[in-house]
Amino acid sequence: MSDIAIRVRGLGKQYRIGGGNRGPYRSLRESISDVFKLPFRRPASTDEETSFWALNNVSFDIRRGEAVGVIGRNGAGKSTLLKILSRITEPTTGRVELHGRVGSLLEVGTGFHPELTGRENIFLNGAILGMRRSEIARKFDEIVAFAEIERFLDTPVRFYSSGMYMRLAFAVAAHLEPEILIVDEVLAVGDSGFQKKCLGKMENIAQHGRTVLFVSHSMQAVRRLTTSCLVLSGGEVVYDGPTAGAIREYERLQRLDTDMAPTYIANPPPRHSHIAQASVVTSGPCGQHEWGHPLTFRFTLHFTESSQHFTFSFQVMDEQERPVIHCYYIHPVTKADYALGPVERGTYQVECHLPHPRLYMGRYTVTTWLTNRRSNQLIEKLSRILAFEVTMHEQPREEYERQPGEAAYVEDWAWSPVQPVEIGV
Amino acid sequence: MESTAPLDKTASPDLAATPHAPASPVIRIEPTRGWVAVRLKELWAYRELLYFLVWRDVKVRYKQTVLGAAWALLQPLFTMLVFSVFFGRLAGIPSDGVPYPLFALAALIPWTFFANALGQSSNSLVNSAHLIAKVYFPRLVIPLASVLGGLVDLAVACSLFVPMLLYYGITPGWGILWLPGFVLLAIVTALGVGLWASALNVEYRDVRHVIPFATQLWMFLTPVVYPGSLVPERWRLLYNLNPMSGVVDGFRWALLGAGAPPGLPLLASALASLTLLVTGAFYFRRMEKTFADRV
Repeated sequence: MSDIAIRVRGLGKQYRIGGGNRGPYRSLRESISDVFKLPFRRPASTDEETSFWALNNVSFDIRRGEAVGVIGRNGAGKSTLLKILSRITEPTTGRVELHGRVGSLLEVGTGFHPELTGRENIFLNGAILGMRRSEIARKFDEIVAFAEIERFLDTPVRFYSSGMYMRLAFAVAAHLEPEILIVDEVLAVGDSGFQKKCLGKMENIAQHGRTVLFVSHSMQAVRRLTTSCLVLSGGEVVYDGPTAGAIREYERLQRLDTDMAPTYIANPPPRHSHIAQASVVTSGPCGQHEWGHPLTFRFTLHFTESSQHFTFSFQVMDEQERPVIHCYYIHPVTKADYALGPVERGTYQVECHLPHPRLYMGRYTVTTWLTNRRSNQLIEKLSRILAFEVTMHEQPREEYERQPGEAAYVEDWAWSPVQPVEIGV
Repeated sequence: MESTAPLDKTASPDLAATPHAPASPVIRIEPTRGWVAVRLKELWAYRELLYFLVWRDVKVRYKQTVLGAAWALLQPLFTMLVFSVFFGRLAGIPSDGVPYPLFALAALIPWTFFANALGQSSNSLVNSAHLIAKVYFPRLVIPLASVLGGLVDLAVACSLFVPMLLYYGITPGWGILWLPGFVLLAIVTALGVGLWASALNVEYRDVRHVIPFATQLWMFLTPVVYPGSLVPERWRLLYNLNPMSGVVDGFRWALLGAGAPPGLPLLASALASLTLLVTGAFYFRRMEKTFADRV
């Protein structure tokens, strides 16, 4: 009991997603007109469609001095969990107990003001993170040395390069010494030298007996810094144990998740312009596609209004959710890029044909963007639809299995024959 | 209910028993329902952050404009000049026995502070969205910082009085000792309205369009351009429920000895201010849990 730093029981967070014309915020005008509409309102649709649980019944304990990682794919609830533990947002259900002074690093450089100098921003940022002024003054020289910006201390930060900015921001954050440190993937900044320094500093913090909760997408960083991990999936904790096992579980989930159909149907269809249906036409059945064969993506777009400013593009993503191919619509006649041209309200079909795709073996999905170019508004983004798998059975080495970390793209290459050569001594 | 145990108590008895474990604060996080305590103690714990935010706003404001500190003087000064010409001279509005320019200035200085504070604080939460989404601190700090930031401008503007009083040969009486009290009342009023405005603006985003219009109307409902004595007797009490009327009348009386000494009207006005502040604080705290998700 006495050595628990973080105790979480039954934590849940429910978000309402705006349906129809209710966005994240309302206007007084809408609220007032709602009052008048009250007698005429039809019974509200079930809440199931307009809300979702980002976290659901999450429970775990973290002991004092442990360094624990939190991993999971995008949308699994990691950021929501951190936000709740950092008291930025409130849980819908459940409770949390934090024993000790908490410092949260959800972003680097929070509150930096471009007009203020480096020196002034150190104090400002430190205060925002929760450090006392005396504490900042005491650590000032260390912070400046860590960031390597002695010469630029008194220039306004807007003149800093992005590298200097990040180094300074991280330097302040790195000197936060709370009993419980909550970190959200802030190590992906700066050049590799600086990243090593940051990783080292984080290790240092963990070794000094502080409790660290660390969200990351980098398995390498998680392996190095943490002894145990939580794996989140769909808002729930699916694994709580040693890091090695957690990483295996995470990878297993990644593979499972992409067993989706190579077709997509919008159900229920939203009320704005959207993709009604989509499919990927592969060389074989069930989303199996042989390397090098032509690949076609078919999209059925439904527009709820006429406009000449719609643009459409999509990316093919690999298993690590890295984009590999970017296709944006180009009108075959006018060659105008991006815009679909003038369309009236209605349903249309458009196809994208890749004559000789170079995707390496593995599983891929598609993420689409439908935007209005004039208002710069993202109308609809669909993530991870149209899962398909590229096989290389026609190639030599057909028994070769895909290894993690391999490139997703295969270029044409030509090797010369092996020729003996003499090098001068 | 969210609560933070003070540093000298421990949550569980075991903690006290362990020899090496220091008494640490326990933070409990749970869903809140309905009205939430204001927690002034926590606000006090974050006073250094409040100081830095005020310092940042003042510093940036004075660094950015070419006029810098002069702006704090020019705003009330030019308004006073225009009012003196059109309301004082041309329209011939009475001014409680003191020269109209002084009469107007004494009201314009606290009024400018209030109007600016209202404008700044109503946008403060939305403008600090990046902070609210990433760091924890009592959100009350944000509108508080934007109101207190105006105090620097108020102090600078007050310096206008010195040449003005000298020019007109008026020496303030003992009433001037009341001035800090009226400044405090101005702060309470600005804060009360600011808390309401900032919290409402997060939920109803068109509030910020209403504010400039509301501020203008409000000025005419306050004895800035005209003396309160212009208002017919039977409407006087209702009129004095305006929290700013107490501030403005008070400034005038303290600096110039003009108008009636503090009495029932001031009490009515001050009570209205306090009510706005307390209700504003509770409304703010109640809505606070939605800020990070909505801002």
